[in-house]
Amino acid sequence: MNDSSKKKNILVCCGTGCLAHNSYQIYEDFRDKLSDNPNITVETIVKATGCNGLCEKGPVVKIHPDNISYFKVSIKDVDEIINTTIINGQIIDRLLYIDVNQKKRIVNHMEASFYKHQHKIALRNIGEIDPLDLEDYIENNGYKALDKVLFHMTPNEVIDIVEDSKLRGRGGAGFPTGLKWKTCQAYDNFPKYVICNGDEGDPGAFMDRSIMEGDPHTVIEGMIICGYAIDSHKGFLYIRDEYELARKNMQAAIDSARKFGYLGKDILGSGFEFDLEIVRGGGAFVCGESTALMASIEGNVGEPRAKYIRSVEKGLWNQPTVLNNVETWANIPPIILNGADWFKEIGTDKNTGTKVFSLVGKVKNTGLVEVPMGTSLKELVFDIGGGIIKNRPFKAVQTGGPSGGCIPNEHLDVGLDFDHLSAIGSMMGSGGVIVMDDTTCMVEIARYYMEFLSEESCGKCTTCREGIKTMLDILTNISEGFGELEDLEILESLGKTIEVASLCALGKTAPNPVLTTLEYFKDEYIDHIINKRCSAGVCKDLTTYYIDKDMCIGCGICSKKCPVDAITGTLKEAYEIHNDLCTKCGNCFTACPNGSVKIGGAAYAY
Amino acid sequence: MDVLNSIEGDKMSNDIVYNYPKEKRFTLAILQDIQKEYGYIPREYMESTSHYLNIPLTDVYSLATFYKALSLKPKGKYAIKICNGTACHIRDSISILKELEDILGIKPGETTEDGLFSIELVNCIGACALAPVILINGKYYGHMTKEKVKALIDDLREVSTNE
Repeated sequence: MNDSSKKKNILVCCGTGCLAHNSYQIYEDFRDKLSDNPNITVETIVKATGCNGLCEKGPVVKIHPDNISYFKVSIKDVDEIINTTIINGQIIDRLLYIDVNQKKRIVNHMEASFYKHQHKIALRNIGEIDPLDLEDYIENNGYKALDKVLFHMTPNEVIDIVEDSKLRGRGGAGFPTGLKWKTCQAYDNFPKYVICNGDEGDPGAFMDRSIMEGDPHTVIEGMIICGYAIDSHKGFLYIRDEYELARKNMQAAIDSARKFGYLGKDILGSGFEFDLEIVRGGGAFVCGESTALMASIEGNVGEPRAKYIRSVEKGLWNQPTVLNNVETWANIPPIILNGADWFKEIGTDKNTGTKVFSLVGKVKNTGLVEVPMGTSLKELVFDIGGGIIKNRPFKAVQTGGPSGGCIPNEHLDVGLDFDHLSAIGSMMGSGGVIVMDDTTCMVEIARYYMEFLSEESCGKCTTCREGIKTMLDILTNISEGFGELEDLEILESLGKTIEVASLCALGKTAPNPVLTTLEYFKDEYIDHIINKRCSAGVCKDLTTYYIDKDMCIGCGICSKKCPVDAITGTLKEAYEIHNDLCTKCGNCFTACPNGSVKIGGAAYAY
Repeated sequence: MDVLNSIEGDKMSNDIVYNYPKEKRFTLAILQDIQKEYGYIPREYMESTSHYLNIPLTDVYSLATFYKALSLKPKGKYAIKICNGTACHIRDSISILKELEDILGIKPGETTEDGLFSIELVNCIGACALAPVILINGKYYGHMTKEKVKALIDDLREVSTNE
């Protein structure tokens, strides 16, 4: 190492998850206390970084170059970290990460199971740099790709590299990025536009937010490179209304890029002109669809249009437009710098590179992970995610947001890439992976998605507007105990109709959550319809709780947790739940230390 | 309510409409600024937006009703958003909503009579690791439980009385 090894970097994670646990105050505290501390002989730099991914264990503080990572740090730990670790070089054991798989404490987080299976390209800088500091980005190879492109490559060469890398759009559909650029470049119609789709709306996905918050310059650099390749001079970033910090950091990055000549009239003296503008989304899910998004930028209601003519030919204001997702943009600079062959070595043949997944739901290590395409679902959930919370049985994984499907146990070995996920009825989507255990009801999940989609349907196509609403009604009936077996056939035929007769991807894929749960979890539907029983205990009309008298150890915890005093008994003897008082909150079920509280169907009590 | 008074008393605040170039594409941005300032889109602001940008009032209205970020009804001083993204949903966000409904006596989309609280069930806000999560005026409150909700509302009421 060079001289900088004497310099200590204290990186405080200030992603949304950590911020909610006051990490910004921790950052300020470090900054204030280190700036005038006479005991400190080394130079210290305190940085507020983007999200480290493992949000469940935040706030995260990392100390470089010692590679020490502390988790769940609170403001009262700051003094101890300064005195023990920064001044005396010792490690504070209690703040280290406990690896659930390796069953030990870990000093350098990169050795933790959550991180060591990961391969970071799109997230390479996040958590390592200060997103508001342009110099920090530049020190980490920032804008090198832009320099290479502007001064050493022709637009065609740029497109060739991107095409050769086989990069596919990370927004969900997986369209080859290079081909998109190439097609757009071929149209002799100006002006052309470059758009970044930052309207991340799939429930359970937050990688785009994390990239925009934690490494905004990489998105900007990717977009300028595309602008150069297709001869466009203007780009828009459409960012979701809810993502305030992402907009703020992105705007700050645009301002500083402009100030230092990376955006504007004569970029780095090359003569090439390109500038960017942020458009704030309006909080409509359908605006994540490319044509609806463009309509929204134009100042219209965000309704999709039929794509007989592609956006690359007639997009924003009917001009040729390249629209890519945030994560796609973040992949561009490394591909330009390292070459297509480097990128192709990662992942699989048709699905090159990596994909960022947000691992959420009933999994121990919730957070953002970036793994090579083709990594198995099992590895993601169990090796990286650490398995299911409280070691309950795994039931399913939902991928692809409301357009995706539920994947059961039998497909746990599936490789996560565009093609394999589609083959089993789900899809990649934007990379949300929602883990479900035996207390998640598949009928209710299908109902939940139909409710979501019926709200978010823009209403243009009848099949989508009315069809989804009808599916929702049927599913609500089933979850309330009024379902009939023929409902299942109706759901299936409605689903197939909506798939073929709707205009945009929202409608076309809307039935997926229902169709996949019908395929893989039909028994659960039948259980709801015939036995009037919800085995997960979610559909309250079809749930009763009872205590298995032979198993109950008489600890009385359930009785203490019951908010309505519906559980009575004597210590060390079996307790009893009185169904006439029970509000079915499920507290007893979660609290019972040995699983003696059981879920019965609606009929059980009567 | 303060909000209403400030609109009636201060016509100059219409300036908020004129902060952008006179182009149709800024309609949404103008409406969002109004929403941010007043907590909803008052009719007269829709009218001045329509005049300024020279677009039909019906178009402004259709935008104001299409986009979820915009509201035609005033929101509370504490606008509470309960995330119902999938991750929050399967960690029982609905029970958090029910608790808020019970405590405040309002349903999603409504505002309490004193203008203090409004509740809304919203789509994923991308803070899934904090599930179930609620958002109050831009601040995230993670890993919510019924008990935490109650304490939080009590706190906010107290803060508000002391102001």
